[in-house]
Amino acid sequence: MRDLGPLIPRNHSVHPAAYAEDYKTSVTRSPNLPLLSMESTPSEETGPVFGAELIGELDNNLILNWSKGLAPAVGERILVHGHVLDENCRPVPNALVEIWQANAGGRYRHVKDTYFAPLDPNFGGCGRTLTDEGGYYEFLTIRPGAYPWPNRANDWRPMHIHFSIFGHSFGQRLVTQMYFEGDPLIAHCPIAATVKERSHLDRLVAPLDLSKSRPLDYLAYKFDIVLRGRRQTMFENKLEGM
Amino acid sequence: MVQKLATLAETPSQTAGPYVHIGLMPTYAGNAGSFPQEIGVSPVKDDVKGQMIEIVGSVFDGTGWVLRDALIESWQCDGEGKFPGQDGADPNVSGHCRFAVDEATGEFRLKTVKPGSYVGRGGVRSAPHISLWIVARGINTGLNTRIYFEDEDNSGDPLLGRIEQRPRAETLIAKKVADGKYRFDIRLQGDRETVFLDL
Repeated sequence: MRDLGPLIPRNHSVHPAAYAEDYKTSVTRSPNLPLLSMESTPSEETGPVFGAELIGELDNNLILNWSKGLAPAVGERILVHGHVLDENCRPVPNALVEIWQANAGGRYRHVKDTYFAPLDPNFGGCGRTLTDEGGYYEFLTIRPGAYPWPNRANDWRPMHIHFSIFGHSFGQRLVTQMYFEGDPLIAHCPIAATVKERSHLDRLVAPLDLSKSRPLDYLAYKFDIVLRGRRQTMFENKLEGM
Repeated sequence: MVQKLATLAETPSQTAGPYVHIGLMPTYAGNAGSFPQEIGVSPVKDDVKGQMIEIVGSVFDGTGWVLRDALIESWQCDGEGKFPGQDGADPNVSGHCRFAVDEATGEFRLKTVKPGSYVGRGGVRSAPHISLWIVARGINTGLNTRIYFEDEDNSGDPLLGRIEQRPRAETLIAKKVADGKYRFDIRLQGDRETVFLDL
């Protein structure tokens, strides 16, 4: 295996601080001491390779994957698509993109979610896919509902889809959330507000993309994702150790 | 003004939230059958070369209470220090595992092969270790740490050697409780806070 170079040190200015007073659970779950810095090693620069044989035919179709294609989920049908790049602007092919979300009423298929909204018998709420050779991915799903949550007395989560992205190295691992353009609840959400700079938070808000929408079927939203890059670009004529 | 660098900034992280298991470990969340196959069910197959071990532990918050909703991923090399995909790596080691703390007891259990040591960039030898990544409600960016083993020679390990406060290095070392069995607790905050990595 070729040495692809160390990971670019993480740019913490784009990420939330561990401690966010208004997101109450973070208060006791945030490390107080500085993280230990070091250059990445093979433990972080390598990672599992996920092959297409792992992914089922309906895995990226949340409208049909829980009912196994028998009946579609209820809700506003949407396509979520995007490009996965690294910090050097290079596409990341074969990245594992996994998503999970609430149903159209704002309820998760989870034993701990006791919100009044009904479960949809035809919606499970999870999906996954691999990016193609150009780093592109897409999911067909329904727009998740907003829902209240017990934090401050009247906190509501904006509509969102959780994303987990597994690129090419364990140290690139990223979990984030996609929000929807125009949702007024984004401005009131203490979890969205853990991202301090508005310009960074804006990168989690997917614009409506009518160019990818399918007439009389679904709307589309575009959500591009940037993973960490490596400190040196790989050149075919430049061997490891350079 | 100077020219712009042709680089991008990483996408900001957000908490995995309380329902991360429905997305990443649907069977554990009671949603079996979501996918034909799940990912990271075990880091090893049968006939793996080396010593099988079991690591048990809990994740504690700043009040000393155990988390019952944490999800952890591990990544490691095989018993000879080779990562999957490297020449000569054991084909029965996938190296990657996803596991959750038990929602009743807060304990996790990782059954895997004991990793070997490897030589990294610059010829520096690392002591045997397993890399961990921890997410849960209230953790805004996934936390990286490592498990080392108290019955291995950890002297000269480049990461452990960087920890100036020597007692803190102990937070990365699994305690042997029986043959092939180890205890490794993770403390997010407070007394004996685990060393988390910025790598």
